[in-house]
Amino acid sequence: MDRFVLDFAHTLAGFMVLVSFMLLYQDRMFSLLNVFALQALILAASVAWQARVQDAPHLYVTALIALVLKAIIIPVVLHRVVVKLGIHRNIETVGGIGLTMLLGMGLVALSMVVMLKATAAADPLAREDLAFALSVVLLGLLMMVTRRNAVSQIIGFMSLENGLILAATGAKGMPLVVEISVAFSVLVALIVIGVFLFRIRERFDSVDIHALDESRGERQ
Amino acid sequence: MILGGIDLPLAALLVIPAVSAMGLALLPGYRLTARLNVLATFLTFLSSLSLFVERPEPGDYLFVDDLNVVFIVLGTFVGFTTSAFSASYIAHEMETGKLTPVYLRFYHAMYQCLMFAMNLGLLANNIGLMWVAVELATLTTVLMVGIYRTPAALEAAWKYFILGSVGIALALFGTILVYMAARPVIGEGHDAMVWTALIARAKDFSPELLNVAFIFLMLGYGTKVGLAPLHAWLPDAHAEGPTPISAVLSGLLLNVALYAVLRFKMLLAANPGAIAPGPLMVTLGLISLIFAGLMLYRRRDIKRLFAYSSIEHMGLIAFAFGMGGPIANFAGLLHMTLHSLTKSAIFFTVGHIAQAKGTQDLGKIRGLTESHPVLGWALVLGVVAIAGLPPLGLFMTEFLIVSSTFARQPLLAILVVLGLLIAFGALLLRLSEAAFGPATGDTSAVKASYVPLFAHLALVFVAGIYLPGPLVAWFRNVAELLG
Repeated sequence: MDRFVLDFAHTLAGFMVLVSFMLLYQDRMFSLLNVFALQALILAASVAWQARVQDAPHLYVTALIALVLKAIIIPVVLHRVVVKLGIHRNIETVGGIGLTMLLGMGLVALSMVVMLKATAAADPLAREDLAFALSVVLLGLLMMVTRRNAVSQIIGFMSLENGLILAATGAKGMPLVVEISVAFSVLVALIVIGVFLFRIRERFDSVDIHALDESRGERQ
Repeated sequence: MILGGIDLPLAALLVIPAVSAMGLALLPGYRLTARLNVLATFLTFLSSLSLFVERPEPGDYLFVDDLNVVFIVLGTFVGFTTSAFSASYIAHEMETGKLTPVYLRFYHAMYQCLMFAMNLGLLANNIGLMWVAVELATLTTVLMVGIYRTPAALEAAWKYFILGSVGIALALFGTILVYMAARPVIGEGHDAMVWTALIARAKDFSPELLNVAFIFLMLGYGTKVGLAPLHAWLPDAHAEGPTPISAVLSGLLLNVALYAVLRFKMLLAANPGAIAPGPLMVTLGLISLIFAGLMLYRRRDIKRLFAYSSIEHMGLIAFAFGMGGPIANFAGLLHMTLHSLTKSAIFFTVGHIAQAKGTQDLGKIRGLTESHPVLGWALVLGVVAIAGLPPLGLFMTEFLIVSSTFARQPLLAILVVLGLLIAFGALLLRLSEAAFGPATGDTSAVKASYVPLFAHLALVFVAGIYLPGPLVAWFRNVAELLG
């Protein structure tokens, strides 16, 4: 395979990991949304590149979904939600940024070690893409754990899904069923989230999960 | 029966719930829709029974074998009885105004969606399709858990949604890795995700990839099984949603996730180079068993109490399947069946009790056998069954699990016994407070449907004394299959 093909694919995947790190330390709502849109943009480019390299035109559909839905529609909608809820204030992070970044680096190292070892026999294009994809997934998880605010947890979850799509498109010839289902599930998830946001807003006038914690059934 | 290339019973299992979901979303009137809901689940149950008569050939997307028939018949049966319970439960909720007609339509549509998703997940012959089905089941139950829209219900639904999504995301990553492992052997495209093809060629897959994949799948689907430490969503979801949903969560959904884990376990077992999947399941199972047993002592909410008991039993079942071998697998399978029946019966009882008393707080539920004798004694019977006392069915399966473990790993057996005793003590303690002594609170009668409740308990009782020969032979056959 052409050296350039590999390098470019890896560069894009690497950028996604980098943006995942950027997501970790954004402490303002609007910049968080913008960085997420950037990640979705890179994802779209990466998927389109895979479509070209693998000669798999159906992947262009996935790329288009990533571009339109994740890079444009969702950030715009969330932008309006944030304004409507009046929470463009700072987001608190648990444990501090330094510690979170260190944990993130540990996770990336872990995924490199695990995936590169496990996929020694696989073709190089899929191999390193998969390692990057796992890094993005784990960083998304980390973000969901460290954030307290409902909107930033949603962003964490969607960046995790970005990692999954990166992995799915890197696996050559994976049936289209799965990619569409992933995109579809994101859409459904968004509807669900929308419903929830609406209700949470209605009931608590806040989307801070802390407010939810206080209403636990058992603490009486 | 095959018509136009489509197998009828198989199609019915999916089409009936799908069509009813749409119909129930549109029809007004709760008495009518509740009856239609029962009718639809009954027809689904009948079509699942017809799988015994004639089994269709495995197709590209759907298949039926000895293992998933157990899950499908059990699932559609509990789905049917729960819908009968749901009819009387809903009538009370409508009268007290806790649910509005619009929400009720939504509730019934979601109930059928859930049935559809679970049947699809169990029948799927494609690991991608199975994942989609489990995801769909998760989303529908999230919506149902939040249906009361109280702060507690919203928190439960949110927590369930977040943890469920993370679980399901990890499972998807595992699924992709399995495809990656299969691709060099089977070739690109659809075939590399078909169960029957995967199992047949599993011995040639790259063991390293399969190992990593199984860890993701175990953690991902394990979240849905409710194994500790990934169980946090389960008690809240059980406690805050409508009680029929608690019954289907414990009785069905946990089993579907467990089924997925078992399938992948079989895949790993077919590959000589891969790690043994057993120890991981044994560890998670034991942690869940002992942890949930301890947590039972501090529960003050009656539905939460039985939710933790579900974690305990799912832990025990995962442990049994993790140990493997014909006896432990047989016991695990039977325990899963009986647990589904018993736990849904308990939730039927608890649902009516909570409606009669107007509270789920254990501190305010006292002397049930005096104020509501039938419900009170049903609860006593249910708890005695779930705690594993003889002569009920769960005693026998727990005995089998412990004795088969003693023969191979005495130390583990001691831990299992310890966990079971801890849970046993907590359940009896709570039961004696709630069921006996002077009655408190509201003692007015409640309109309850006793038929599904006692049907389940009777089955569990009979299973403890006598198991029909063909059933034993069939379960033994499946146990062999599981390895």
